[in-house]
Amino acid sequence: MIVRIMGEGQLRVDASAVSELNTLDEQLDAALSGDDEPAFRTALEALIARVRAVGSPLPADSLHASDLILPPADATVEEVRELMSEDGLIPG
Amino acid sequence: MSVIKRVSMIFKAKANKALDKVEDPRETLDYSYQRQLELLTKVRRGVADVATSRKRVELQINQLELQSGKLEDQGRKALAGGREDLAREALTRRSGVQGQINDLRAQYASLQAEEEKLTIASQRLQAKVDAFRTRKETIKATYTAAEAQTRIGEAVSGISEEMGDVGMAIQRAEDKTAQMQARAGAIDELLASGALEDFTGTGQQDDIQAELDRMSSSSDVEIEIQRLRGEIGQAAPAQIEGAPGTAGRAATAGQASQSGQAAPPATPPAASAGQPPAAGEGE
Repeated sequence: MIVRIMGEGQLRVDASAVSELNTLDEQLDAALSGDDEPAFRTALEALIARVRAVGSPLPADSLHASDLILPPADATVEEVRELMSEDGLIPG
Repeated sequence: MSVIKRVSMIFKAKANKALDKVEDPRETLDYSYQRQLELLTKVRRGVADVATSRKRVELQINQLELQSGKLEDQGRKALAGGREDLAREALTRRSGVQGQINDLRAQYASLQAEEEKLTIASQRLQAKVDAFRTRKETIKATYTAAEAQTRIGEAVSGISEEMGDVGMAIQRAEDKTAQMQARAGAIDELLASGALEDFTGTGQQDDIQAELDRMSSSSDVEIEIQRLRGEIGQAAPAQIEGAPGTAGRAATAGQASQSGQAAPPATPPAASAGQPPAAGEGE
């Protein structure tokens, strides 16, 4: 499975790590719904740290599309909301 | 649905949307490649812009550090001249300048991090664009339009994702830089107006320095008076009975100021007992 951390690049992550990442994703979701910025920070950093730990970076010249895309490690609640909206930040 | 899944889905949809309008899949390759080259130029310009902002902040830090050093020096001179009030004023202003410096240092670090991120992003994009160009030529040479479709889809969606990511990174860097530019502009104006030199005062001149100059020039007058007295004293020694060793002291006025005896400048000249405050000039 290929995971992109926005602003950092892509990593190959073994499928066995998925359930663990899902748990962290649920915490992230709860923090986002509760508009809890500190909890959101902690959850996002934990999730990204875990992906970095279990993943191995893809070579820079790889042209693979990712299976999962994570927001940048320093993204705020507001930025992630925009990422999830239809008319967000992505140009083009 | 989870955060990751929503972000992933919408991100991919957007990244690929720009290519939908191209009919012939092989044209998609050229169209995408063109946009990749444009983005490469843009990201390189982004790196240069952030570097410019960083250098500007660095320059401001240097200027403020000079200012801080000057205020500390003024504080020292004021204290040596027995003017604790003036020394306090100088050090209070210095603490304000120091606060600005700390703020700018944080900005500097943030810009530096942004610059590094964008540099790496530009290198990564360059590697992908090179790989894409090779793949594009292979696909065009080898496959018919129908056959090529799947392969084109793979190559294009991979790089479109990268382009969306880099595009956002540039946007974030621009936003951050713009915020800092505004603050840097404000500090430039402050530096230019001289308001930082006169942090709490109302005048355009550096009032601490003016006061120090006044102290210094009145002490110069003191030294002259003592010297003249010394000369006259050789003829009439009784004139200087209130100030033993005055003539010798005046000759070493620079060191005399460090003996710690406070001599308020308001004291009438003759009564200052040969205790001139700091004789050194301001700068």
